Amino acid sequence: MNTIAEIPKEEYILKCTSACAGCSDSLALRYVLKAAGPDTTLVVPACCTSVIQGIYPNTAFNVPVYNIAFGAAAACASGMSNAFRAAGKKTNVIVYAGDGGTLDIGIQAMSGAFERGTDFLYICYDNEAYGNTGMQRSSGTPLGAKTTTTPAGKTDAKKDIDAIIAAHNPPYQATACAAYPQDLFKKVQKALTFRGPTFIHILAPCPPGWRYSTEKSVEMGKLAVKTGMWVLWEREYGKLTITPPSKAAMRKPLPLEDYLAPQGRFKGIDTKTVEIIKQRLAKNLAKLAAEEAEP
Amino acid sequence: MKKIATGNKAVAEAVKQVIPGVVAAYPITPQTEIVEQIAEFVSSGELKSKYIAVESEHSAMAACIGASITGTRTFTATSSHGLLYMHEMTNWAAGARLPIVMANVNRSLGPGWNIWAEHTDALQERDTGWLQVYVSSVQEAYDATLMAFRIAEHNNVLLPVMVNLDGFTLSHIMQPLETVNLGDFIPPLHLAHAIDVTKPTAYGGLTGPDQQFRFRWDIERSMRDSVKVIEETETEFNKRFGRKYGFTEDYCCEDAEVVIVSMGTLGKEAEVAVDLLRKEGIKAGSMRLRWFRPFPKLDLEGKQVVVIDRDYSFGRGGILATEIMAQTREAVFSVIAGIGGQEVTYDDIADFVRNRRIGEEFWFGVSDRV
Repeated sequence: MNTIAEIPKEEYILKCTSACAGCSDSLALRYVLKAAGPDTTLVVPACCTSVIQGIYPNTAFNVPVYNIAFGAAAACASGMSNAFRAAGKKTNVIVYAGDGGTLDIGIQAMSGAFERGTDFLYICYDNEAYGNTGMQRSSGTPLGAKTTTTPAGKTDAKKDIDAIIAAHNPPYQATACAAYPQDLFKKVQKALTFRGPTFIHILAPCPPGWRYSTEKSVEMGKLAVKTGMWVLWEREYGKLTITPPSKAAMRKPLPLEDYLAPQGRFKGIDTKTVEIIKQRLAKNLAKLAAEEAEP
Repeated sequence: MKKIATGNKAVAEAVKQVIPGVVAAYPITPQTEIVEQIAEFVSSGELKSKYIAVESEHSAMAACIGASITGTRTFTATSSHGLLYMHEMTNWAAGARLPIVMANVNRSLGPGWNIWAEHTDALQERDTGWLQVYVSSVQEAYDATLMAFRIAEHNNVLLPVMVNLDGFTLSHIMQPLETVNLGDFIPPLHLAHAIDVTKPTAYGGLTGPDQQFRFRWDIERSMRDSVKVIEETETEFNKRFGRKYGFTEDYCCEDAEVVIVSMGTLGKEAEVAVDLLRKEGIKAGSMRLRWFRPFPKLDLEGKQVVVIDRDYSFGRGGILATEIMAQTREAVFSVIAGIGGQEVTYDDIADFVRNRRIGEEFWFGVSDRV
């Protein structure tokens, strides 16, 4: 898998979703499902994806979707996976949840499902706020970002969910972004080869939430990676590997301002906050580089 | 086979025979013995189920939902705060039309921390779409758990069933238990709407007003249809295994002038109270309500009614009394007794009847006197 042309032509996201223009959540899901294939069931808590799939009795998703309450996705998937495996079925069980349903209300159920070794893939598509309800802050919202409940900009840092997941020692975890579809595709395929809980954290730029124009979602994802704000990596049995686009970015990152400036949510951010973000960004990159260098 | 068992063990014994594909549960006093016993059955290989030791009751019910929608038989057990914690998911289970069976060991609610019998926990689940049965003996706990699966999984029902047994006064007391050879009493589960990856379907997605009320009505229609399924199941159970059950268990009601209505273990005390009262020449009877949802038509016409509520709805009254008053024109003497495991003897119940004040409410141990 080196070129986008090698990604299967089968579509599991059909026409007429109710996604916003430029939605990178649905773009990411398109590649997730191409990688997973038809023997897949999605478990979706309350999030943008519960809306994007369409209105009963229609669905734009060409795999079964089980919608479940906000804090319950991982637990529901845990029951589903156990039942499928008990019946001798290999059906992929994939949770597709937002940052609110993962970092906030769903964290307990997710932690439990990971600790129990549930055979499933948990994907958090992270648009860094409660998008479905109109962009309120979540614990995934970055420092300084304006949301409807942090009108002056968030004063707290983004929760490091990847570190929390890592503490559960899953066989595989990764980060991704729909702006890098081959990488996302490969990581999903790889995650599904493991028996046990796997986790992929997808950055999902959101035009109405981040306040940039709708044609720029891919560009925004690339800027996140190129500035080092979002780092693509995978951790297999605890061994970290930084993914090539981020490797390049870490050698020579673009200025952070390139990422912040096009986004209305960072408009008017003070220089002190920008400095704090820069310091934390550099610290994170150094930490990841050090971890990768470990024998 | 005859044995001695606690109410909790009787439930676990029934679950072992029914063989759910998935049991997902979280421990809580006084339910723990049920899940411990099931875990032991699974561990020893006596029960071929997946036992998911979830991290909360909310997740217990969510896991049962996830398993059930694949067409797998599921079971869980809880009590009190556990039941309240899963409340969001109990609604989901019924709305998703999943035949999950749950044992709820009735217990008081905090604060303070009180682990003793009370019905307010289950009655706060009244409007969720779950069928609710309340049992009064170890044997009945076993029998009702078996029947719960057959009723829940019946194609005309497809709603979850909650089997309620009183904390400690039933969950932890030992009585004789006669187990049955189940045979084909519970047919294999065929869930028509189970997930099928060859027929991609969205479950529980966005639903407009023009559809949502139909789903709610469909629950009610099945709840009404469940009356017949319950009757058929209990008749068949009696035919096969020789034990008779109904919506109520009536004791000396036919010629009674005053009838004590109650649920759970207090119903057994009420029968002893009836014997005492009859000796005094008071024509008393006992009607122990077994099924609270669907709520049966009670034949109380022309009788004085003493309702014992081991529960309360603040600002309104005893929940059972309120339900009965809504259904019958008979005025009742509403007794609130047994809250938080308060001891209520058959002598006390006889006193409630002797000193009844029809039309009034009486809090046992709080009001001056009956």
